[in-house]
Amino acid sequence: MARQPKKKNEVETTGHEWDGIEEYNNPLPRWWLWIFYACIVWGIWYTIAYPAWPMVQGATQGYLGWSTRANVAEEIATAEAANSEINERLASVELTAIADDPELAGYARSAGEAVFKTWCAQCHGSGAAGAKGYPNLQDDAWLWGGTMEDIHYSIAHGIRNEDDPDARYSEMPAFGDILEEPQIEQVVNYVMSMSPAYEPQDASLVSAGEEVYLDNCAACHGDDGKGDIFQGAPNLTDAIWLYGGDYETVKETVMNSRFGVMPPMGGAQLTEAKIRAVTTYVHQLGGGE
Amino acid sequence: MLNYIKLIALGLITLFAMIAASYARDLAYQVHAIIIMAVSAGLFLWTLRNTDEPVPAATLETSYMDGVIRYGVIATAFWAVVGFLAGTFIAFQLAFPGLNFDWAQGYANFGRLRPLHTSAVIFAFGGNALIATSFYVVQRTSAARLWGGNLGWFVFWGYNLFIVLAATGYLLGSTQSKEYAEPEWYVDIWLTIVWVAYLAVFLGTIIKRKEPHIYVANWFFLSFIVTVAMLHLFNNLSIPVSIWGSKSVQVFAGVQDAMVQWWYGHNAVGFFLTAGFLGMMYYFVPKQAERPVFSYKLSIIHFWALIFLYIWAGPHHLHYTALPDWASTLGMVFSIVLWMPSWGGMINGLMTLSGAWDKLRTDPVIRMMVISLGFYGMSTFEGPMMSIRAVNSLSHYTDWTIGHVHSGALGWNGMITFGALYFLVPKLWNRERLYSLSMVSWHFWLATIGIILYAASMWVTGIMEGLMWREVDANGFLVNAFADTVAAKFPMYVVRGLGGVLYIAGAVIMCYNLFMTVKRSPAVEASNSVVPAE
Repeated sequence: MARQPKKKNEVETTGHEWDGIEEYNNPLPRWWLWIFYACIVWGIWYTIAYPAWPMVQGATQGYLGWSTRANVAEEIATAEAANSEINERLASVELTAIADDPELAGYARSAGEAVFKTWCAQCHGSGAAGAKGYPNLQDDAWLWGGTMEDIHYSIAHGIRNEDDPDARYSEMPAFGDILEEPQIEQVVNYVMSMSPAYEPQDASLVSAGEEVYLDNCAACHGDDGKGDIFQGAPNLTDAIWLYGGDYETVKETVMNSRFGVMPPMGGAQLTEAKIRAVTTYVHQLGGGE
Repeated sequence: MLNYIKLIALGLITLFAMIAASYARDLAYQVHAIIIMAVSAGLFLWTLRNTDEPVPAATLETSYMDGVIRYGVIATAFWAVVGFLAGTFIAFQLAFPGLNFDWAQGYANFGRLRPLHTSAVIFAFGGNALIATSFYVVQRTSAARLWGGNLGWFVFWGYNLFIVLAATGYLLGSTQSKEYAEPEWYVDIWLTIVWVAYLAVFLGTIIKRKEPHIYVANWFFLSFIVTVAMLHLFNNLSIPVSIWGSKSVQVFAGVQDAMVQWWYGHNAVGFFLTAGFLGMMYYFVPKQAERPVFSYKLSIIHFWALIFLYIWAGPHHLHYTALPDWASTLGMVFSIVLWMPSWGGMINGLMTLSGAWDKLRTDPVIRMMVISLGFYGMSTFEGPMMSIRAVNSLSHYTDWTIGHVHSGALGWNGMITFGALYFLVPKLWNRERLYSLSMVSWHFWLATIGIILYAASMWVTGIMEGLMWREVDANGFLVNAFADTVAAKFPMYVVRGLGGVLYIAGAVIMCYNLFMTVKRSPAVEASNSVVPAE
C-alpha cells in the first residue's frame, strides 16, 4: 500500500477477501441516499400527474390531463387561428395583385419559403437552384411559363403525373425508334450548334442535321429552336440544359426522350393559400415574369 | 470417442455450408456459407490430425486458464484499432461526403460502414474486453479454474466468428435494420449458441468457487450475461424468408417493434456497456489502487437498484412518436430514478482511491481508470437529463445524442478497458511491469483531449441543429431547411473527426506499448496457481 489511511477514517471491512481485494463496510453516503429518495418521491408524483400506469382498460391518464396529441393539436390550432385572416385574403385576391399589397406579399414570401423547404427542396434544392433533371427556378428560363398564373398552375397540378387529370402534359418521342443512327448524329450536332454553350462534335453534320430538325423537332421546339411554353418544349438556343448539353447526353435525350415528373401539390397536399404562397416565393426568386 | 462425434458434426456442417453456398439467394449469405464451410473444414482436419494422439496429462486444476484470456486481450486491442479506424473514417465521411467513393458504393459508403463501426467498437472491442476480463476476474475471485475445459476457447473463437460474420454481412448489405442488432437470423442463432456457452462457463466457475462469497464484480458480469441473452432472444425474433437466404421478417410490427428494439437498444447500453464494465471496474480499480472497495452496502444497493431500474428505461428513445404517452412517461421516470443507482458505481470506484489519491500523480493507469469513472458519472447524469421529455424534444435526432453516447463509449468503456489491458498484459505474460509508463501518459492525454473535442463539438452542433429545426419566423413558419442545418454543422464535424484521430493515435500507442511489454519487459516467475484468499 502506498500510504496507510488515517486512523480516524478507517472503518471495518466486511472480513471477506477475494484475490487480495477487501471491502469496507462504509454506510451509504447520505447525500446519495437522499437524492435517491427524492427521485423516487418525485417519480411517484410524476406518474400520478401524467399518463403512466397501464391498466386492463387502458392506462391512467394523470390528473393534469396532459397529452402529447392534445398539445400538438392545440399548437397547430393556435398557429392557424393567428394566420387565418391573412390566409383567407391570400387565397381570395387576384394572383397578380399579391405583389401590390406589401403586407400580403411579405407574408406570402415567408410562408412560401417554408412550404418550399418542406415540399419542393427535395428535388429543386433548398436554394431552388435545381439539379440534373430538376429545373433551376432562379433563372428566367421557364419550361411552362413564368407568370404567377403559369407557376400557380404548375404547382397545383404538377407535370406529367397520373394523379391529376389536369397535370401539364407533353411527351417527346423516343427518336431512337424513329430515325436512323446517322440522322440522329446529324440532328444532335445541329442542336448543339444552336446553343452558345457547346460546339457541335462534328461541324460537317450540322447542315444535314438542320433538315432532320425541321422535319422532326421544329413542330414543338420551333423553327428557330426557341421552344414553346404551351407544350413545355425547352428552348434549345440558350446555354441552359436540364439534363446536359454535351454530345452523349443530347444523343441520349434524342434517342430515348425524357419524362420528368412533378407531383400535384393541390387538393389533399397543400391549401390554396399555401400554393399561392409558394407561387409568390418562386416567382420572386429572380425569374418571375 | 468425443473426437468422432466432433468429426461427424463438423463434417455435416461443412456439407451443409457447401449446399448453402450453392443455393444461396444473396451474396452476403453465400460469402457467409463459404466462411462457415472453410472454418468447419479446417476444424475437421485439425480434429482428424489430433484424433488418436496421446492425450496430454489431465489439465491441472491447480492453475488458472489464462491462454484464452491472452487471446482475448489481443483481440480486444486489434478490434479497438479496427473499430476506431472505421469510426474516424465515417466521421470524415460526414464532414466530406466525397469520401463516399463512387467505386466503393454499396460496400464502403456511410450507410454500410456505420453499423460496422458501432458493432466493431461495442461488440468486437467491448465484447472481447468483457469476455477476457470476466474470465480473468471470475477465476481470481472464485479461486477456481474456468469451468468446462475447452468451452472457454469455444466462447472466444465462436464470438469472434460471430463478429466476422456480422461485419462482412454489413458490408455486403445483409441487415435486419435494427440498431445494434443488425446481424441476420443465422448469425443471431450462432451468437445465441456462443452466449449460452459463455453463461455456462461463467456460472460453472462461480458454482465451483472456493471462496465463500461471490465477489461484486461477478454479480455485474452475471447480470450482464443473463440480461443480454434475454434481450438478444426477444429483439431478434424473426422468420427467415428462406433457409438459403439472409433476409428475415420481424415478428413484431409497428410501434411494438420499435418498443422491443429500444428496450433492447437501451439495455445493450445498460447491461453490456454499464453493468458489464462495472464488473470490470470493481476488480481492476481496487487491484490497481491496492485499496479496499469503498462500501459493500453501496455496492449491494446500487447493483439491485441499477438492474431493476435500467430494464424499464428504453421508452425514452421514443418520446413524441407513435408510442403511447404512458409508456413514454414510465421510460422517463425510470431513467431519472436511475441517476443515483448509476452514480453509486462511480462513488464506489472513486472513493476506493481515498487514501491513495497520490497515485494519480505517479500511476497513469490509475489516472485512466479515474477519468473513465469521471466520464461514467458525466454520461449517467446527461442520460437521465436527456430522457426528460422537454429536453428530449430539443436533443432527439440531433448530434447531441451522438456526443452523449461517445462520452460514455470513449470515456467510460474505452478508458476503463485500456486501464484493464495495462493491468492485464504484464500479469498474463509474466512481465515485471509495462514497457513504458510515459507512453501510457501519452495515451491518456491523447484520448482525453480526443474525447473532449468529440463531446464538445457534438454538444455545440447538436444544440445548434435542434434550435435551427425549431426556429420559426414572426408568422410561425419554419426558417431553415434540413440542408441548411447540415451545412452549418461542417466545422464541428471536422473537429469531431480530429478528436477521433487523437483517440485512435492513443490506441495505436497502447498497442505498441503492450506489444513491447510482452517482447522486452523483464520476465518474472509465473504465478497463476489457484490459491483462495484466506
